[in-house]
Amino acid sequence: MTGLLHLWLIPLLPFIGFVLNGLFGSRLPKWLVSTIALLLPLGSLLVVALNWVDFVSASVPETFIERCPVGWIHVANFNVGFDFAIDQLSLVMLLVVTGVGFLIHVYSVGYMGHEEGYWRFFSYLNLFLFFMTVLVLAENALLMFVGWEGVGLASYLLIGFYYKKDSAADAGKKAFIVNRIGDFGFLLGIFLLIGTFGTLSFSGISANLATHPALQGGVLTCIALCLVLGATGKSAQLPLYIWLPDAMEGPTPVSALIHAATMVTAGVYMIVRMHFLFDRSPLALAIVAILGAATAIFAATIALVQTDIKRVLAYSTVSQLGYMFLGAGVAAYSSAIFHLMTHAFFKALLFLAAGSVIHALNGEQDLRKMGGLRNQLPVTFWVTTIAVLAISGIPPFAGFFSKDEILFATFNHGMLGQALWFVGLVTALLTSFYMFRFWYLTFMGESRSHDAHPHESPWSMLGPLVVLAVLSTAGGFIKINGFLEPSVGMRAEVANHSLEWLMSGVAVAVALLGWFIAHSLYGKKSEAPKKLAASLPFAYQTLLNKYYVDEFYGAAIVKPLQLTSKYVFEWVVEKGILGGAVWLIAGVPQFLGALLQKWQSGNIRSYAAWVAAGAAALLLFLLLTTHQLPVWLGNFQINGMAH
Amino acid sequence: MQAPSMVWTIYVAFGGAAIQALLPKRSNSTPALSRWLALLTALAALCIAAAGFFTHVGSGMDVLTDHAWIPTLGIHYLLVADGISRMLVLLTGLAAVAGILFSWTVTNRVNEFFAFYLALIGGVFGVFLSGDLFLLFVFYEIAIVPKYFLIAIWGSTRREYAAMKLALYSFVGSAMVLIGALAAYATSGSHTMSLTALAHSHLPIGFQMWAFPLVFIGFGILAGLWPFHTWAPTGHVAAPTAASMLLAGVVMKLGAYGCLRVAMGLFPHGMDPWGFAFLGLGSWRDVFALLAVIGIVYGALVALAQTDFKFVIGYSSVSHMGFVILGLMTLNTIGLTGAVLQMFSHGIIAGLLFAIVGRVVYERTHTRELDVLEGMHLAKKIPFAAWAFVIAGMASMGLPGFSGFVAEFQVIVGSWSFGPAWTILTGVGIVIGVAYTWRALQKAFFSDKPAHTAEIQGHFAPITWPEWAGVGMLLAVTVAVGLYPRLILDSIEPAVKALLAGGAQ
Repeated sequence: MTGLLHLWLIPLLPFIGFVLNGLFGSRLPKWLVSTIALLLPLGSLLVVALNWVDFVSASVPETFIERCPVGWIHVANFNVGFDFAIDQLSLVMLLVVTGVGFLIHVYSVGYMGHEEGYWRFFSYLNLFLFFMTVLVLAENALLMFVGWEGVGLASYLLIGFYYKKDSAADAGKKAFIVNRIGDFGFLLGIFLLIGTFGTLSFSGISANLATHPALQGGVLTCIALCLVLGATGKSAQLPLYIWLPDAMEGPTPVSALIHAATMVTAGVYMIVRMHFLFDRSPLALAIVAILGAATAIFAATIALVQTDIKRVLAYSTVSQLGYMFLGAGVAAYSSAIFHLMTHAFFKALLFLAAGSVIHALNGEQDLRKMGGLRNQLPVTFWVTTIAVLAISGIPPFAGFFSKDEILFATFNHGMLGQALWFVGLVTALLTSFYMFRFWYLTFMGESRSHDAHPHESPWSMLGPLVVLAVLSTAGGFIKINGFLEPSVGMRAEVANHSLEWLMSGVAVAVALLGWFIAHSLYGKKSEAPKKLAASLPFAYQTLLNKYYVDEFYGAAIVKPLQLTSKYVFEWVVEKGILGGAVWLIAGVPQFLGALLQKWQSGNIRSYAAWVAAGAAALLLFLLLTTHQLPVWLGNFQINGMAH
Repeated sequence: MQAPSMVWTIYVAFGGAAIQALLPKRSNSTPALSRWLALLTALAALCIAAAGFFTHVGSGMDVLTDHAWIPTLGIHYLLVADGISRMLVLLTGLAAVAGILFSWTVTNRVNEFFAFYLALIGGVFGVFLSGDLFLLFVFYEIAIVPKYFLIAIWGSTRREYAAMKLALYSFVGSAMVLIGALAAYATSGSHTMSLTALAHSHLPIGFQMWAFPLVFIGFGILAGLWPFHTWAPTGHVAAPTAASMLLAGVVMKLGAYGCLRVAMGLFPHGMDPWGFAFLGLGSWRDVFALLAVIGIVYGALVALAQTDFKFVIGYSSVSHMGFVILGLMTLNTIGLTGAVLQMFSHGIIAGLLFAIVGRVVYERTHTRELDVLEGMHLAKKIPFAAWAFVIAGMASMGLPGFSGFVAEFQVIVGSWSFGPAWTILTGVGIVIGVAYTWRALQKAFFSDKPAHTAEIQGHFAPITWPEWAGVGMLLAVTVAVGLYPRLILDSIEPAVKALLAGGAQ
């Protein structure tokens, strides 16, 4: 394995792009900004591709670790460095990240062309690629965490790109804080890993586990669950998914790159990366599977009624990420990664196509104001059609294969698996329905737009769309399961092929059913959808308001926290109790001082009175205590004379 | 050529202060002279500190100066340096230079301002280098006095009140320390005030049991130990920018350093178990760790409720100093190293935050009310401040790549021995830390609320070079330490190990 190129180049190149554009971008001409921003990620992609060639050609693939000569945190016997590792898993992930990432960079040149702060946008985009590749290449959990936090930061910057809009800044803030809750779980997991294994290196932990084959559950479950909390934050799963739909405030290429294709899949990647740990905890895996299935169906139902083009796609992303969780939860890691890959293709395509639509309609995002665009935007129409077919799971498009694999693996996973399979199947029906609803509302029927002259996007935008469309069509035939085996372990092969065919048949039938329902509701101009909504007002309102989860979190967590901070902590504790105690402590001497001040009146007569009173009091005291005042006085005189 | 000994930092600072004080009153009309003199003084101190720091990485405790001072009492003018004190001297040098850069606009009684400022710095250098308890106490008191004047004369919001509060708290603390120190002197019977000698004099455990909490709280008051922290936010807010930076940056470290060097160094058995448990607390160590955790969460929560920008930062300091105390109480290498690194990290980051809020923003907007700032759209008018605060905020909330992450990470790893519940609570503090930072950030810079009044629509003065230089320097340091913490760790780890081996265990 000597032919491997330097891994550090992969993150470094986009980082250089970030620095160049970040520092000098405001003074550079636009073409130079785009050249820098495109060439450097392209360089990363080339390095990844060369590595891939090496891996494919080498007869015995193995993990390659590149240790950084300079350590990072090194205290006592605890040692963490900037070490990178590459294996089949990270290679697939890197290809997706740099490949799709590069295409989206190209698209952005056209899409963002008229925006002010063009250079800023591209420098953040490159920064994102830097952190994402660090996340993927990390050889230890802490370095992965660096990338993990970094992509969150880049995401924040890119969502808030339109920071003139309050909603965008709010969304950025929300994404960051919600993610921090997940990150805290990740950190706890890291602490537990240190406590249990004394190392954070993936190879070290995996080797350690291999020497203790009996070790299962217990602390491993704790670690796994902490990591799952982290993953639910980043990958927008229940209960932390709420930030992703709001993140759609960011520019559309950002939604495609970060909030569909790459960053949000980091949680899935992390679970698969540490599969050796999850393998030892059936409980944690079951929880992952249940969370995934629940999120899949939950988000899909919300997507049914959304009217914002990007929100439909956002909930769809949440739902599809649920599938990946489901796949990972039933230990079908390679299938989860397979779906991650195909999803990256078709979901990036959907977002970019939606961007093309929005671009054509001068920023319109409301599905109710679209329609009839198939003639004006022919290329966008066709690539979207491919993507819709792919995500709905209609063969031979990419989504069919990966979703089918996950569902089949789920079905073979015992009782729980069969229940979850059913949930997955219903979700497939919903997916197909809302995607075709989206398709009909956007492209079919007559135009409901006020803008009579929508124009097709430039080729710098359409080019990436076409490439992604090809990948969405053919991506299902890239069989990565075998390739991934050395990284994620062999999967128990179920030889029942007739069952597999049957399952596939059911899945396709369900997808077609979804299409049919969408067609009958939205295929022609009719009042049917409105009537349906009116007949189920409660269900419709609940879905339209996303199950009121944001409101619930607001009332159950955010408001109480704010009120507690304000009234209990600041007013009662800080000002009342602590302030009051200090006031008391300061007040006692002040009070005593005020009393003592009476003695210091400066008035001779009052001093004389005090002296007289004091003498009298002293005499009285002696009289009362001794009853022998004269004797005592006499002794005093005698003693005095004796001296 | 041999680098000048670190003791020169003290003399340079005091010398600079004396020159400032002796400058003719007329120089007020041309404050530039005063400023440049102050800057040169601080730079000289920084260079000496840096040279001393980088030439002694990894070496043990050195005696720098030793003269009999009050022989009848066995008191020496003894200056020593180990990895921890060298690091803190370096931090003080950095904070001093940054503080002067952010005081460039002081126009009122300039030379007096810098005289007090440099006297404070000199006192702080002295504390960090003292090897004799009495000497340490003297320097400690020297540092308190200028603080009072800096706040009372050049301060803002309720400055007399805040200055008095700060002075009273400090003196109560030092009274407690003094009692402990005298008691230790008397009990040891060894006729010495040398810290090393006292540490080896085997003070009776029963004595340590009451002296430890006394002295720890005495110093802890200055370190922002909950619930004795209330001086800190009011003091920080009232102080002029440079003084806030010094208060948060180095004066709070004086307290933490005293806790470590004096309380824990002289009375290590004060942290032994009591032999019984009360509410799950079985030793003073548990008690202070609990107070630290409360401080972390409480400071963050109260910061979340503040309406004054500077108060947000003030309470965040309480929260971050909680990590220092918690790290000290872990009594293991990684936690203690983390605590010491956190002193450095917080010194830099808090200084940066106070500089941005107090100088870059406040001197242009003349308000710190977040609700008013909301209408000013500062991200567009002072983009420099917005981006500097974004980066500083990220450093403050402990994002990897900045020094705070490494330090807080180590403290939490070290504190694992107290049990997961503590770690989880601490983590809650971190999450709230994100919330209050972003809340302040968004309200102050990235809001699109319509402007409240017409008069704030005007333009602001452009960013000046001292602001660039100061922000750039502090950011560079926190990033450098975040990416390559061994810069600091290599120095403090041997010192921490020696301290642990020498008794604090």
